[in-house]
Amino acid sequence: MKTIRSMVIVSGDPVSLQRGASELMQALQKEIKAFDLADEITVAMASDLGRHDALPLVVVYPDAVVYGPVQPSQARLLVEEHLYKGRVAEALLAPVRELSGTIAWLRARKGTLPAEQRIVLRRAGLIDPESIDDYILHDGYQALGKALTTMTPAEVIDEITRSGLQGRGGAGFPTGRKWSFVAGAPGQPKYVICNADESEPGTFKDRLILEGDPHSIIEAMVIAAYAVGASEGYIYIRGEYTLAYQRLEKAIQQAEEYGLLGDDIFGTGFHFKIHIHSGAGAYICGEETALIESIEGKRGEPRARPPYPPTKGLWGKPTLVNNVETLANVPPIIRSGADWYRSFGTPSSPGTKVYTILGNVNNTGLIEVPMGITLREVITIYAQGMRDGRPLKLFQSGGSSGSIAPASLQDTPMDFESFRKAGVSLGSGALLICDDRTCVVDLAKVLMQFFRFESCGKCTPCRVGTQRSYEILTAITEGTARLEDLDELLRLGEAMETLSNCGLGQTAAVPTRDILKHFRAEVEAHIRLGVCPSGVCPMEKAAVPV
Amino acid sequence: MQVKTVDLQTSQAVSAAIEKHGASREALIPILSEVNRLLGYIPAEAFTEIKRQLRLQSSDLRVYESQLYSLASFYHMLSTEELGRHVVRFCESAPCHVVGGRELLTAVQETLGIQPGQTTPDRKWSLITTSCLGVCAVGPVLLVDDDIYGNVTPDQVPEILARYE
Repeated sequence: MKTIRSMVIVSGDPVSLQRGASELMQALQKEIKAFDLADEITVAMASDLGRHDALPLVVVYPDAVVYGPVQPSQARLLVEEHLYKGRVAEALLAPVRELSGTIAWLRARKGTLPAEQRIVLRRAGLIDPESIDDYILHDGYQALGKALTTMTPAEVIDEITRSGLQGRGGAGFPTGRKWSFVAGAPGQPKYVICNADESEPGTFKDRLILEGDPHSIIEAMVIAAYAVGASEGYIYIRGEYTLAYQRLEKAIQQAEEYGLLGDDIFGTGFHFKIHIHSGAGAYICGEETALIESIEGKRGEPRARPPYPPTKGLWGKPTLVNNVETLANVPPIIRSGADWYRSFGTPSSPGTKVYTILGNVNNTGLIEVPMGITLREVITIYAQGMRDGRPLKLFQSGGSSGSIAPASLQDTPMDFESFRKAGVSLGSGALLICDDRTCVVDLAKVLMQFFRFESCGKCTPCRVGTQRSYEILTAITEGTARLEDLDELLRLGEAMETLSNCGLGQTAAVPTRDILKHFRAEVEAHIRLGVCPSGVCPMEKAAVPV
Repeated sequence: MQVKTVDLQTSQAVSAAIEKHGASREALIPILSEVNRLLGYIPAEAFTEIKRQLRLQSSDLRVYESQLYSLASFYHMLSTEELGRHVVRFCESAPCHVVGGRELLTAVQETLGIQPGQTTPDRKWSLITTSCLGVCAVGPVLLVDDDIYGNVTPDQVPEILARYE
């Protein structure tokens, strides 16, 4: 019998792969064979390890020693020193860093570091994502077994409702309520859709979950299907995520072989099938009715609502649509209970949230922390401070459709309720942190360009409003705008917000509104004085002020 | 009488795509994606060929060229125009923009001598701006064909592009 005494993980994010991670992995395997260690040491490629300063990284467990960057030619030294002789290969160690994603979490478990709390990412980077055995070894499919054999569908929904889980795709709708709508809706068959069309700029949390722990999504979907009475499921994944697609495909195949998916799951007679549907590049397909249209083989144009998907969704049948991160919370809640889950986060927003940290900070990357920590904590502890020691000017939370907030809000707890009260959207968890070299008009212009490009064009307020707003913002950056144009921007924004058919148009004007609310003086300086205070905008057509 | 001929390569790509994804309404986007992947773009005759082959397989599946074109023009990953031998995709989303994306795009445009959406006269390069590629932690990001380059600075551009024949 094989006893695994050590596990070697190579970072497999795009940059590592470009820098030879595959060759490195082969070299490690070759050396491990050469030292006759193949029976006791496994080598696996993980996805993004959450640290990007010394790629490719090699992490050796169980001692969690981090090496990097490691060249294929150094594989022999690493294997000989660490795995054969059992001592740390000092020469190859990665620069010491306090917090670094997965690795930090592992060390935090030993009580040495402050709290990253991993629930949905607890296995990502620690298990071999292509092995169902590894997943099962790490408590995988236990929640499914518990739900199917000891709980009624109503009890499953009740547990999710009591946990207080809210949708993690951006809107924060209570998950348990959504499930009960679908369970109570008349009509058969019912569908469960996993929304993996993660296209919000600055957000890649779902990619990490799918690449690092694909089985957790399969398990969650089967539990959801059991709870709402669905027999068929779809994972709608964005076309750019090829690695995640392959891993899901493999995971589905393995789960079917093990009888955890398909007919007669766990011998209970319950049956459920999952199809993967790959998108073809359209931001709007993250909107649930557009996504459903796309699965049906049409242009991804949002439907008029009501009726909402829980009553009339895919092929006109009751349909549950949940985001990847939301689903990833389901198995832990079922396994450990709602009370356990509520011990994390705040009373109104229980659990954890995965954030992507981006922009002008020293460490960009991904963290999973309890709801309710503040941006100041994120910047100082996890991001290791602002880059070049510049001051924080503003942050944008939740991707393009999120809010632009001034530095003064950095001590507001980041949970759904507190942010809502402060007029900020938490959104998908992207935190774009900008220093004083960022011009608010330039930023708003880039965001409006995005909406102009991604608007599906079905409804007029959005199609025309985004175009017209973009023209005005461009005029401001060139120095040809007039003060009245700012009123026009606000008027357009109001029209888009109230009259657009879907969330894209309704939120497209948020950045513009926010900069006029918090940074009006800076915007007006472009127009009145003909200067960009941050020195970013070209202002080439500005009249010289007298 | 004029006989329309369909390029053998197109016809084979369409057959392969339909075989892989099945002849059904919900397979239309996967079929178009597959043809796009195999041929690099979707030529006009491919729409007719998809319609023809789908009708042969399933007589109640009514699909028209206009419908297929409407799909191909909606989704950004599908192209109805032939692109250059290499495609540079540039992420113009805000997270890349604030960490040097703006300067990077200027450098790419100057090196290639084309604007986004254009192809060089020698058909070697196409430049396309794209939405977020999901690798924001290492922005600004360039995607050349299938290779992702992260943390790119303007002075690295000529060296990166020189790697492609």
